Amino acid sequence: MKNLILIFATCITLTSTATAQSYITKNGKISFFSKTSMENIDAVNNQAVSVLNTQTGDIAFSVLVTGFLFKKALMQEHFNENYMESQKFPKSSFKGSITDITKVNFKKDGTYNVTVTGDLSLHGETNKVTVPATIQVKGKSIIGSTAFNVNVDDYKITIPKVVENNISKTIAITVECSYEGR
Amino acid sequence: MKSLKIYCLIFSLLSFCHVGAQDTTDLMKMLEMEMESTKEMTRYTTATFKTTRLVNGQSVENVAKGVMDVKISHRFGNLNDGGYELFGLDKATMRMGIDYGITRYLMVGIGRSTFQKTYDAFFKVKILRQSAGQKKMPITLCYVPTIAYKTLKFEDPTIENYNSSRLSFSHQLIIGRKFSESTSLQLMPTFVHQNLVTGANDPNDIFAVGIGGRQKLTKRISFNFEYYYLVPEYKLPGTTSSLSVGFDIETGGHVFQLHFTNSQGMNERSFIADTKGKWEKGDILFGFNISRVFTIGKSH
Repeated sequence: MKNLILIFATCITLTSTATAQSYITKNGKISFFSKTSMENIDAVNNQAVSVLNTQTGDIAFSVLVTGFLFKKALMQEHFNENYMESQKFPKSSFKGSITDITKVNFKKDGTYNVTVTGDLSLHGETNKVTVPATIQVKGKSIIGSTAFNVNVDDYKITIPKVVENNISKTIAITVECSYEGR
Repeated sequence: MKSLKIYCLIFSLLSFCHVGAQDTTDLMKMLEMEMESTKEMTRYTTATFKTTRLVNGQSVENVAKGVMDVKISHRFGNLNDGGYELFGLDKATMRMGIDYGITRYLMVGIGRSTFQKTYDAFFKVKILRQSAGQKKMPITLCYVPTIAYKTLKFEDPTIENYNSSRLSFSHQLIIGRKFSESTSLQLMPTFVHQNLVTGANDPNDIFAVGIGGRQKLTKRISFNFEYYYLVPEYKLPGTTSSLSVGFDIETGGHVFQLHFTNSQGMNERSFIADTKGKWEKGDILFGFNISRVFTIGKSH
């Protein structure tokens, strides 16, 4: 009987620790910025879903392309219709890991610089990316953020000649996710 | 002792499961599950057509909220006028117009055509929006009422003329569907009323059923067609159904529409009720519309 209680106790501790290692957000913020001398284009998506495993450092993102909001309606239409082809490729995702997760002490508040590496998939193309990121531990929540550039050519997104001066070939992407344990 | 062994066994088993839970595949599964919940959202169809006009008539598209669309349209003369008129290019009628999106569902427009010196105004309201996901709707439905005011001098100023004789109206329903990324079709039952007609036996009310569509050739170029079938009992003598074919070419904030049509007018009354050209006789006009959008208000 004693043993049974012991087993139960172990089970509970184990499951609770297991869940605490998975952190999730459903309203991660992903924005991008294209800067040219002609015009600046920016859009934001506040519905990125991301999961983070603090034990292994595994991290994944998924976002609906149609969820990016622009200031100009026509830009949003062209973004979905001509550039990202969101009917064909509705989701963009990232799957990888924080390579130096051991640097982060999740029990202690603070800001830690880390490196994230993995596969970034958008517009049906997948490329390996390695980017610097920061992890901010604040009590029970974890805030992950990063900023990096992608080349549109790497993802087979073609910019026609007529708007070549309006859209940058290098797009600056920023990510900010506030994770909660589950 | 035996129970301790069992305990160790279970413990190691649990630890194993525990490690398994940290696998990336599981992480992705979790992500997928979370994404599933967003899948239930309603996804509205966008960009059924490139602009708010197909050729002469309206498409199911509205301009977005806070967006002003400036439209300059030209129709040249008949191709069968021959080389002397440079196949119609020496003659031109035009319409200048401005459309504006008040809300996502409602747009208004005004315009002035040189053809019969006509002012026109309309609004377009979206009643249904094509969507998938949680709310499913197979079609987009619009209602477009228009009013046109002809300012051409009265033919006979010696008799008593009424200002109301200059007015005409139209009511149109547009039922459209985007079948695929590149193919869209729409039906346009239309009613036109003219306060004054030429002959005593001419009908004031005209019924037409329009059909139109587009087929994208590339991402930025589409082929469009538009046909307004006039119901025989309700048409003016000497008029024919309007048939137009053309291409939309989109370049950033502009849409260029180049087309061939047998209609000279560019408001509902003139191209639906008053088309006199016949394709088979070569009464074909070359024309273009240029649309340029400006974002004025806030889109969301």
